[in-house]
Order: sequence, then C-alpha cells, then structure tokens
Amino acid sequence: MILKPILEDVKNIGYYLGKIMLGLGITILIPIFMGLVLGEINPALDFLIALEITLIFGLILIRLCFTEKDLNWMQGMIVVSLSWLVAMFLGAIPLYLSGHWKSYLDTCFDAMSGFATTGLTLVQDLDHLSITHNLWRHLIMFIGGQGIVIVALSFLVRGFSGAFKMYVGEARDEKVLPNVIHTSRFIWLVSIVYLILGTLALGTVGTLNGMKPFNAFFHGACIFMAAFDTGGFAPQSQNILYYHSLSFEIITIIIMILGTINFKLHYHIWTGNRKEIFRNIETRTLFMTVMATLLVTVIGLNHLGVYPKVIVLFRKGFYQLISGHTGTGYMTIYARQFINEWGDLALVGVICAMALGGAVCSTTGAIKMLRVGIIGKALAEDIKRIILPERAIVVKKFHHIRDIFLEDKQVRSALLITLAYLLLYGLGALVGMLFGYPFLDSLFESTSAAANVGLSCGITNVNMPAILKITYIFQMWTGRLEFMSVFTLIGFLVVAIRGK
Amino acid sequence: MIKEVISYKLLVISLAAFLIYNLSLITSNYSYAQPISSSELINNAKLYDGKNVTYAGEIIGDVMSRGQYAWINVNDGSNAIGIWIDKDLLKEIFCTGSYRGKGDWVEITGVFQRVCLQHGGDLDIHAQGLRKINSGRTISEKTNPAKLNFIFILTAILFVIWILTLLMRK
Repeated sequence: MILKPILEDVKNIGYYLGKIMLGLGITILIPIFMGLVLGEINPALDFLIALEITLIFGLILIRLCFTEKDLNWMQGMIVVSLSWLVAMFLGAIPLYLSGHWKSYLDTCFDAMSGFATTGLTLVQDLDHLSITHNLWRHLIMFIGGQGIVIVALSFLVRGFSGAFKMYVGEARDEKVLPNVIHTSRFIWLVSIVYLILGTLALGTVGTLNGMKPFNAFFHGACIFMAAFDTGGFAPQSQNILYYHSLSFEIITIIIMILGTINFKLHYHIWTGNRKEIFRNIETRTLFMTVMATLLVTVIGLNHLGVYPKVIVLFRKGFYQLISGHTGTGYMTIYARQFINEWGDLALVGVICAMALGGAVCSTTGAIKMLRVGIIGKALAEDIKRIILPERAIVVKKFHHIRDIFLEDKQVRSALLITLAYLLLYGLGALVGMLFGYPFLDSLFESTSAAANVGLSCGITNVNMPAILKITYIFQMWTGRLEFMSVFTLIGFLVVAIRGK
Repeated sequence: MIKEVISYKLLVISLAAFLIYNLSLITSNYSYAQPISSSELINNAKLYDGKNVTYAGEIIGDVMSRGQYAWINVNDGSNAIGIWIDKDLLKEIFCTGSYRGKGDWVEITGVFQRVCLQHGGDLDIHAQGLRKINSGRTISEKTNPAKLNFIFILTAILFVIWILTLLMRK
C-alpha cells in the first residue's frame, strides 16, 4: 500500500525550501550592490524587487512550516528538486523586468539554463544588456555550478544530517572531506581561488587585446564564472568569437578543463598528490573519449574540406569539441555553421562528446567519465571471462582516488544512469522532430540541453514552440540533478494524489 | 578605307574589352553594393566567401586595437560580425553600443571571409571602406516610477510579515 504524504513531510520540505530561498536572496544582494555602484538604477531596482519577493516567500515558508526535525531521504530529495524550480522562477524575475526577454517563459528558460550551467539562451539584444543583469546571468551559473543547495549549506545551515541528503540529491555523491559542510566550503574555496586567478588572466589578456580595462576585467570575471562552471553564457552576443583572440581561447580551454575535473581530484592536486591525475579512471577516460570524439570530428571536417589548413581545422574543431565535452558550450563559430558547414559526421562527434560529459562531483552534466570508465571496465571484464578458462577467477579493479574492486552494483548503477540519460536525449530529439526539425539538428540541441552543454545549432531561438522550450527546461533540470531527486518529486506528487 | 577598318577593329576590341571586364566582375570579384544582412552572410557563407560585400549595422562593445588595425564588432540586429579594419578608417567613430548608449551605425565595404586564414578561421570581413550613416548617442537613464511604487508596496508587505514572524515567535 502506498501511503499519502503527511503534514509533517510538507512542513519539513517547506521549512528547508524557505531557508534555501533566503540563501538565494543573499546572492541577489551582489547585483544590487553592483548596480548601485555603477549607477545602473533601474537594473538595481529590478533586483530589489526580486529580493523582496524572494524574502517574502522565504519568510512565509519558514514561519508556516517551522520545524526542528531533520530531513529524511525522500524529503531531502524533494527539497533539492523544488529548490531548483523555485530558483528558476525567482531568478527569472530581474531578467524579465529588464525587458530583454520576450516572455516570462523565455526568462525562466534562461534562468534554468543559467542555474543548470547549460548556456542556451533566448535573450534579445544582449549587446545592450546592463552590466548588472549580465553579472546576474553569470552569477547564477556560478551558484548553479557549485549547487544551489551547497550555497545554503555553506552559509545558512550548521551541520545536520539532512545536509548530506540534500548534497546527494544535487547529484554530488562524493564527499571531498568527511563532513558535507566542510566539503561545500572546500568547493567554494577552490572556486574562489580559481575565480581570482582566472579573472586576472582573462582581464589582462583582454586589456592587451585592446579592450577597456574595466570591460576586460568584467568580461574576464563573467567568462571565468561561466567557463569554470561549464556554463557557456557570455556578455556579448557573439560568445567567444567577440574577442578575436587565440590567447583568450587557450585560457578558456584551460578553465573549462579545470571545471570538468572532480573536486576530489582538485583536493588531491592541491594537497600535493599530483600523480592522481594520471592514475585516476576519470582523467584517463576523459583523455580517451576526447581523443576518440576529436578523431571523428576531424575526419568529418576534413572529409568535407570545411577548413583548408590543419591548424585552423584543429583550432575550430578542438575548441567546439572540448567545449561540448566539458559541458561548457562556448563557441567560436556561429550556430548555423554547425548545420550548414560541419556535416553529419563532425556533428555526430560533437554530439557524442556532449553526451559523455566530464567528471562526477564537478560542475558538468551528462553521463560522466566515472560511469563511462566503469562500464568500459565491466565490458573488458566480461570479455576476459569469456576468453579465460571457466575456472579462472577474474577480479577487476579501478583507481579513483584509491583502488576499488569493481562490483556488480556499481556497474548496474552506472548503466541505469547512462540509460536514463540516453532516454532523456532521445525524448528531446523526439519532441524536436514532432515540430518538424530534422533528426540530427533535434538530437544535437536535445543532447546539448539534457547534458547541460549549451552548444546550439540554431534551434534554440525566441520563435521556437513553447512546448519545446518547456521540454528543454525539463531536460536541463533533470539532467543537472541526475534524475533521482526529480523522480522522487514526481513519485511524491503521484502518491499525494493516488495514495491512501 | 584603311581608317574605316581601323575604327571598326577598335570598336570590336573596345566592345570585347567591355564584355570581358563585366564578365570578370560577375564571375570572380562580384561586388554587392546593397548591404547584405548578417543572417544572409552566415547562412550562405560559401556563396559570399572571398567576395566584396557591403554590410551595415551598429558598432557594439569595444574597439579592440591591434597595431595599425583594429577589431570592431558590427551588429545589424540579428547577429554581430567581426570587422578587421585599418585604424585610419575609424577616425569618425566616437560611440559604440552598450547599455549606456547606441553605437554609431556604419556601412562597411570589404572582403567577406567564411574561414579567415589570417585570423584562425574566424568568419569575418576585412574592411576596405567605412561610411558612418548615423551617429550613436548616450542614453540617459530615468528611474522607472512604476518599479519604485512596486518596491514600496513589497517593502510594506515584507515589514508586516517580519512583524508577524516576531510576534509568532514570542
């Protein structure tokens, strides 16, 4: 018998949701401060409105649902999935008030794209958007990349066991440090240190490339936030093409790769264990999949003679591919060039790269390297079993921070999540095709949305059907949270209606 | 008689030269006098590759100086395209588009490149000429009274909720 949720469930969920809303409110103070300093009064007012609405709803929830009880697994998962939806609706308010989006649905699309670190956008006239709004677009990527709940865990929650449940619900099943609050703070420390270094590097290059120093460093900070959190938003409509700079491209490639690495690996590198980079199953798998997908892409581009010189072919091909593989979505070509010029084989290479993604416990989406590595190891183990005599005992190990014996439950879990991602990619492609888009275009855009990448072949634009926009929002949300918390929420709603 | 033959030959030669000149314009170096939109250039990049084109739009962002040349980005309302231009042609440019203002609206004539080998394969235009069509302007920001009123209402609601929260806690 399925039991209906009781009032206590709703109160627990509401209370922690209210706390997370207050955490989001704190982050809105940053663009308000920026707007006031720069004299962008109307944009600052947009954020003040959003802040007040956030605080009103947050305070009401905390007061009405006040509880001192801890979260159970179901409640923790539901808090996480609802937090992302609430963040989307509240984070979209200042964007909508700017007048640069045609509808509230479009702003919700961009807000979810930002929080989920996707990078697909429906903004209009981006080149005239205020600095304050632009800062918010990139800041939500930074917040989303670390995890919305992690923001609240880091600043508002003082160590309770429910924290771990929310941490896991946000698709981070690995703790860097024994305590989940310390893990959250370590993730922030890593991100802030890299933010300073990345902004300095990009700002200096921008200044040397002829940009005004303020613009160079502001763009540097924005580009860093979106690259490290594998997001893909940029302050100008041309994305990375705006800068016309090889050095800018090289630095963004380095930042994208740093963003795609497991925070646990960052910890080991920081503590001097640099050998781990070469031994870890994730970095090894990432190297192999990058090489394999790059080969497919390069063969495809070379076959059609898209780029006449090898160096140009490598620069354009590698940039879009690594951007797709890391889940960032930065582009140095125009969206329609993918379809008009790149050809089917090169597109398939990029789609595969997008579908695979980066490391677990990083800021990327998609299937992820640990799962791909585990599935590969399991396949090798099975082949070995067939080849060796029946009596032989095959034991397979893999190295991920420490040596781990490969067990069936790990393989089952990896295969289940992989299957769920493949279905999600297929769902978006199917909806795209229902609206008349060709198969490959639909699959490309769908994979980009569900894997939280942000590369576009041109389908994502303000005129696309509302149902397709909602489908992509669902894909970005589900893909970022890796299914479990979203499935729990759906199950909770079904039980609330049908349970006894 | 000889004079007539010479003048006839001259006429034929000049006609042939005129035809060859026009044919060469059509086949090898067609110049598009009317401005072409960015969407048209991007969607049909192979068609316009290496041709002289005219492109019009607003200069947005920074003028990025690189030695004797500079990069400007020109947005026609649909997309922005990078223009590689001699700095001497930019003497009349004073405004570039941003939140603070509208940039100068210019007409660029130059060679369109689908894959510019000089610039790492970027799709760009190497400008040969620039004509300023409209001057840009700074936009002075006026505070929106509707937003201010809404903020006052929300502040009042927030204050009431805060007071109620304190009372309920007691």
